[in-house]
Amino acid sequence: MMTTAPATRKSLFNRPERPYVHPYFGGMILGIILFLAILLTGNGLGSSGGTTRLVTFVEDQIAPAHVDRTPYLLKLAGGDKNPLDDWIIPVFFGALLGGFTSGTIFGRTKLETTRGPNVSDRTRWLMAFLGGMIFLYGARMARGCTSGQALTGGTTLAAGSWVIMLCIFASAYAVAYFVRKFWN
Amino acid sequence: MNFPLPEFITVSAANPWTYVIFGLIGFGFGFALEMSGFGNSKKLAAQFYFTDLTVLKVMFTAIVTAMVLTFGAVGLGILNFSQVWVNPTYLSSGIVGGLIMGVGFIVGGFCPTTSLASASTGKIDGMYFVAGGLVGAFLFGETEKYFDHWYTNSGYFGRVTLDQVFNLPIGVVVLLVVLMALFMFWGAEQLERIFGKKDLTKEPKLRVAGAGILLVFALAVIFIGQPNLEQKYAKLTFTRTETIPQLEGQEPIVNTYTYTADEMLSNRLVFVTPAEAFKAKYNQSMNPVYLDVRSEADYNLYHIEGAVNVSAERIEEVVPVLLSEPPTNTVFIVMSNDETAAVDTWKTLVASTVPNVYILEGGVNNWIAFFGPDDEPLQPNPNPGPDQLAYLFDAALGDRYESCDPNPTEYENLEFEARIKLQLKRDKSGGGCG
Repeated sequence: MMTTAPATRKSLFNRPERPYVHPYFGGMILGIILFLAILLTGNGLGSSGGTTRLVTFVEDQIAPAHVDRTPYLLKLAGGDKNPLDDWIIPVFFGALLGGFTSGTIFGRTKLETTRGPNVSDRTRWLMAFLGGMIFLYGARMARGCTSGQALTGGTTLAAGSWVIMLCIFASAYAVAYFVRKFWN
Repeated sequence: MNFPLPEFITVSAANPWTYVIFGLIGFGFGFALEMSGFGNSKKLAAQFYFTDLTVLKVMFTAIVTAMVLTFGAVGLGILNFSQVWVNPTYLSSGIVGGLIMGVGFIVGGFCPTTSLASASTGKIDGMYFVAGGLVGAFLFGETEKYFDHWYTNSGYFGRVTLDQVFNLPIGVVVLLVVLMALFMFWGAEQLERIFGKKDLTKEPKLRVAGAGILLVFALAVIFIGQPNLEQKYAKLTFTRTETIPQLEGQEPIVNTYTYTADEMLSNRLVFVTPAEAFKAKYNQSMNPVYLDVRSEADYNLYHIEGAVNVSAERIEEVVPVLLSEPPTNTVFIVMSNDETAAVDTWKTLVASTVPNVYILEGGVNNWIAFFGPDDEPLQPNPNPGPDQLAYLFDAALGDRYESCDPNPTEYENLEFEARIKLQLKRDKSGGGCG
């Protein structure tokens, strides 16, 4: 099922909206990029660490003493350490730009809300905000999200990453029933 | 060429190309996600109602593709796996974090990176998810102090990969994961047919060929095999720093040296004196494990109190146990009668990526020479063979000699040059995905 955007909104540059690529093809391209990342840099992919570092950077500007007293933040931005001095920051902004480029080429860049048919935009926004908050809290707890743990750790056969991947899917499936009204 | 390229392992202002490389990787990442439909929360959420299993298909295709390529490259000797970041296993925080993430996924409709692809293409819900994510990351940073100990220690197993868990060759694990993924793809298509009312006959036939190619690659990984211990040993590097204090008010000079494993041995940097080995027991910053790799007969004649006997021939069997030794400050001190067998064991252990392995200098004989002069029953053996006990024993008393457990007050002040440099877990708390 593909969402059809309201006809009133036009895509950026008026490009015709094109369908998504076949999942196996998309996965293969993603896999090759992941492999190149591992081969060239020894690091995989990730993004939730970028979110943390951005937040920590702002905190460090406002309350550097507080950062130096908080164990978790200390490791990222203690003293004169710059939390943005990490490979994940260019990956984070690269991903934003890459998503934008693909969306624009294929005519999918437009201001809209992707949501289930039975909820209002506002409800969807609230859920997205809450979901983001919960997800990132969990991602920091697990030291990585679906990219850094499931994709990257899955590829390098890291035992803990496979456990985390199973936990993500298990709990999403378990909760899916209770929030079905928001999506269907 | 030897990958990964050392200049690209971290970003540095000294080499601006590092930013370009990581930026391009991120660009490709975002592009591939958006292209696959991951900017659309409805498509992502459909995964959990069995109507559209794109998430599973894309994710597992990516994992198996990258996995066969990675371990193929490792097997061919192009890629040095010990330099590849493998997420350390923290079982407790991983399980709790994973369960929390699943809730965020189905409630919010995105995961962090897909929300970037979504927000950048103008999806307002994606922007709200990113904003919520900033708050979530902030809250974690602020609340982590309440469970810091649990977070950093509970269920810590370090760098453990599935082949070590199941004690199988990596190639076999790769093949099993590929087979599991292909089975899941088949199952996913059946679910889409049933719940999503999808017509499978319209699916491209090419995907069957793709599955075949993937299987061939996985079999090739088994066929190529993985580097053996000698090859891994040859690639090992160790770093040691030396701090030279300067006159007051000046920063001390810190020199960093990189050694190969053989240089560590020839420079005697991994040999600890009996005094240091003994003092390690009373050093609160470390948890020494004395590995006695002699024969059981020798061990029964005499051994250091608390030493664990694993004969040198069987050391490879216990590597998985040593790797999963939970406390991160564990130091393994290997000993034989002199040094020969201990050095061989050291080579095996370091090549198997066991951290903090040292050798008792001069072995058990040197230990007795140092602590045992007052031990009346111990008489020197006039001609010991190589790596044999240099003392004679009337009875197999094990660790019941006085010198097996020297008195800590009697030996309170021992001088030695400390060789043990604790290599703590490679804790990139902001690394990996984070």
